Amino acid sequence: MNDLLRAWVEFGPDLWKATSDTFLMVGVTLISAVLVGTPLGVLLFVTSAQGLYPRPVLNRVAAYLVNVLRSFPFIILLVLLIPFSRVVVGTSIGPKAAAVALSFAVIPYFARLVEQNLRDVPRGMIEMARACGATPLQTIVKVLIPEALPALVGSLTVTATGFIAYSAVAGAVGAGGLGDLAIRYGYYRFETSVMIWCVIIMFVLVQCTQWLGDWLARCVDRR
Amino acid sequence: MIELQAVAKVYGPPQAPVHALRPTDLSIAGGQVLGLLGFSGAGKSTLLRLVNLLEKPSAGRVILDGQDLTALSAADLRQARQQVGMIFQQFNLLSHRNALDNVAFALEVAGLSASVRRERSREALAAVGLSDKESAFPAQLSGGQKQRVAIARALAMRPKILLSDEATSALDPHTALSILRLLKQLNRERGMTMVVVTHDIKVASYLCGQSVVLEKGQVVDRIDMQAPQPVSRLGKFFFETAKGWTDETLLPQEDA
Repeated sequence: MNDLLRAWVEFGPDLWKATSDTFLMVGVTLISAVLVGTPLGVLLFVTSAQGLYPRPVLNRVAAYLVNVLRSFPFIILLVLLIPFSRVVVGTSIGPKAAAVALSFAVIPYFARLVEQNLRDVPRGMIEMARACGATPLQTIVKVLIPEALPALVGSLTVTATGFIAYSAVAGAVGAGGLGDLAIRYGYYRFETSVMIWCVIIMFVLVQCTQWLGDWLARCVDRR
Repeated sequence: MIELQAVAKVYGPPQAPVHALRPTDLSIAGGQVLGLLGFSGAGKSTLLRLVNLLEKPSAGRVILDGQDLTALSAADLRQARQQVGMIFQQFNLLSHRNALDNVAFALEVAGLSASVRRERSREALAAVGLSDKESAFPAQLSGGQKQRVAIARALAMRPKILLSDEATSALDPHTALSILRLLKQLNRERGMTMVVVTHDIKVASYLCGQSVVLEKGQVVDRIDMQAPQPVSRLGKFFFETAKGWTDETLLPQEDA
């Protein structure tokens, strides 16, 4: 107990910095998921053979791209993207560089979740929209996405909690963040108390994210 | 009003075609209510969906009010569909919208202004007797009320044609009859032409002037519901079931 208090005092600034780095990485990751992963998921769903706007070639290309990205072990992706990160964020190390790699990992992952959520919207809804004379775009914006919204919020919550833990791997490129701190101080330097603090903070983050996600999903769910 | 000329629907590869609907001619005069009777998979839903081209016919022409739908561009077809109301067995109401906004959906798609949408949606809800449920979400409505909202949505665009796909099959008999009565009233008062898919002869008898019986993608009977004289085996079977069920009512196994 004394040890934990001592670690809190001694490593407080490091813990604070690590927490804000984790926030930065996970925040950028989630923004990428929503801004790029969602349209990609919609594309996968809409262009499929039974979709609103069947485009077999485009669908296959998108599906391959997603599958290729999904097959990379994250650590390899991290290393491969070093040159790219240098161009985009001006550095190949640190939380910003890690955020680039995390975004590459999250986009295809979230796109698949979105695709599945859209598939779960009853087909009758799409038929109704067509019968009303809706365009494919109107159907996506007014029917599919709003009807799938509770499920989409759930998917984003799962993604957020998963990637809080995932961001720890990014410590390999000196990304910072709580996972990195836990490994460097807690594991390599035998500061068990620092490791315990890191895990506690991550637990609180995951828990709060889950609560927030569940609450949001309830707010948008009218079923 | 509705003119189907040699329409057919074939699915699957040319080597192993599935004939959902054999070439069929059908003409429905304005103000008529036509029933499409048949078992599951007989092709009645396919035939219904050919009327507003939700299904593209493999052959033949669909002419509504003098306009050949099969010749239209995608955009013109969407416009034409706005003039044909449709209701479904599962109601297909948007769960995230209240009753008024569900009714307004079709108007929104058509690009009408917010004030026109509000006025017409209120009017349509009043026509189905649900003025007091404007702000209720589908989850808060009973099955009958949901179908009324769906009917209001179909009415909002003031269509001349209404297509009904087993609209009362998910409802208890009393609620079903109240919906059928509403449809009958709409036919009488507004002269709406209707095509009604059902597997229930009671629905056809109550609502339809004429019915066609479909079997394995083919029209096998055309019956005047006021003085029914079915000639096909299946047509006769449907009228048998109306008298109540016995073991003898059942068709031989391979037919059912």
